[in-house]
Amino acid sequence: MTAVSPPRIPPRPPERRRPPRIRWNSWNLLLLVPLLCLLTPLYNRIEPQLFGMPFFYWSQLVAILLGVAATALVYIMTKDDYVVTDRPDRLNVDILDEGAHR
Amino acid sequence: MTLKLTEFIVFSVFFGAVTIMGFVASRWKSGATMDHLDEWGLGGRRFGSWVTWFLIGGDIYTAYTFIAVPALMFSAGAMGFFAMPYTIIIYPLVFLPLLRLWSVSRVHGYVTPADFVRGRYGSPTLALLVALTGIVATMPYIALQLVGLEAVLRTMGFNQAGLLGHAPLFLAFVILAIYTYQSGLRAPALIAFVKDTLIYLVIFVAVLYLPIKLGGWDSIFGAADAKFQQTDSRTDGLLLNVNSQLQYATLALGSALALFLYPHALTGVLAARSRATIKRNMSALPLYSLLLGLLALLGFCAIAAGVRPLQNAATGRTDSSTIIPVLFDQQFPDWFAGLAFAAIGIGALVPAAIMSIAAANLWTRNVYKEYLRREATPEQEAKQAKIASLVVKFGALVFIVGIDPVYAIDLQLIGGVMILQTLPAVAISLYTRWFHRQALIVGWFAGMGYGLWMLYQIPNPAAEREHFGGSAFPLGDVSLLGVWEPFAGSTVTIYAGFVALLVNLVVAGLTTMLLRAVRVFNGVDATDRADYFADDGDAKLREIAPAYAD
Repeated sequence: MTAVSPPRIPPRPPERRRPPRIRWNSWNLLLLVPLLCLLTPLYNRIEPQLFGMPFFYWSQLVAILLGVAATALVYIMTKDDYVVTDRPDRLNVDILDEGAHR
Repeated sequence: MTLKLTEFIVFSVFFGAVTIMGFVASRWKSGATMDHLDEWGLGGRRFGSWVTWFLIGGDIYTAYTFIAVPALMFSAGAMGFFAMPYTIIIYPLVFLPLLRLWSVSRVHGYVTPADFVRGRYGSPTLALLVALTGIVATMPYIALQLVGLEAVLRTMGFNQAGLLGHAPLFLAFVILAIYTYQSGLRAPALIAFVKDTLIYLVIFVAVLYLPIKLGGWDSIFGAADAKFQQTDSRTDGLLLNVNSQLQYATLALGSALALFLYPHALTGVLAARSRATIKRNMSALPLYSLLLGLLALLGFCAIAAGVRPLQNAATGRTDSSTIIPVLFDQQFPDWFAGLAFAAIGIGALVPAAIMSIAAANLWTRNVYKEYLRREATPEQEAKQAKIASLVVKFGALVFIVGIDPVYAIDLQLIGGVMILQTLPAVAISLYTRWFHRQALIVGWFAGMGYGLWMLYQIPNPAAEREHFGGSAFPLGDVSLLGVWEPFAGSTVTIYAGFVALLVNLVVAGLTTMLLRAVRVFNGVDATDRADYFADDGDAKLREIAPAYAD
């Protein structure tokens, strides 16, 4: 029995390595928090009132801040996603200089 | 009827100003050519954070929203406030998927969501389904903008019967059609600045002034409570009742999932310059939600102020969409009411323009280019889209003039359920190609069929109609082909679109497993993993408005 060498699969060159399907970042989980707004029993009540407004109404107006906070935090905390490590860094000056962006 | 002159003059001044802006817009930040969909249909794909904020805000918080949400509060109470959870959860929900869609579209030059589906699965048929769903769902949405505009015109005194009653609307729309034809997406983007500034001004003044005038929020809510106590209906009230809580939550969730599947909402996103532009907007757009919430409360102010909706002279019925215009007409000086009407009227033009552009893009890219003229050049595409935008607008106009506006509202309701059926093909495909392309088609038909069947079953006793009377479906009537009723006897209601989406997903999932088991070819994926993270400045991005498209 002759020794059959196993078919050799050439290793992929590192620069052609496939990027991940998703980029996991735990901060993104914050985006799930506003879904609490769907739990109607939490706020389907009259008391406590604010400026004569039942809780049902003012609490949902306040909850807008929840959505803003979630998206703003994720935006700020995932900004460094711009750093590219697995391929040449071709970021332009506008992106690196976030504030001057227009 | 008499024309309210002061209101009309203020309205006309603003309307005239935005008309001029609409025509000048073609030269605003213009690229090398206007004869390309990247330019005409997406404004050059270079809109920054501010323009995008005004554009998307002006696009999804439409005149109809500003009229219908308070009208729903006026008639049903708490249920109308679903717009709050809806617009709170939407931005966190779409934050990540929209970034992926923007990147992949920017790399491949996709103009529509159907373009993406075409590239992802190599299936023109699936893309056609997505495109047709988008067009059909958008048409009644445009018609509803006309309902909003007409509510304002009728309140100002143009409340005649027959064709004469529609004449001002006709004129306004012809002007809109011409400058959209010429300037493309830049026209609504520029006009949105005026529209939104006016809306913010008007609403914040109204919300500060009206409660003082009407004796404070407690007396306003007291008046609303008294009104709901008097009615026989058990679905209205200051709070949600036991049966409508699930409907409230699923309607909010379903609407949130549906909104950015609408082609016009995606058009605003794809026109953005970079991922950071979109991210910033996801945090900044909720300011519009606050506006909408406050506006919704004006529905209760209208109850406290004893507003009675106008009788529409064209249909002979009470037109509940006139509640907010009548409230402004009664409670404010004429010049301020004119300002408010201008805000609502222009608020109808912006989304109507974007919607017609989005529908025209779908037609051009996924029907005309795909099936009618494969070798079309970018110039021919742009020409085709411009003409399609005219056809779409006049279709909506004929619709409103020829048919009772009530049907536009029904169709909009149906449209929401329909557009939701493209979620697996468009949104889920951004993350995975697990679903088989043919299974997605089968799932689409299942969800669509089941959704329409449910909507057909829903009566509206108040309007004395047996079918298409709303979107709240009794859970007890959910059945599996009439054989199995899992929740028999339950009176809890749920949003029909949500159930239809679940049916769609289950059918698509089962069919996928079957097709995978027998190894049916699942098309070629033209996209690469890295495409979904590409950003402004990357070398792999496609040139904007290249001389020839592939």
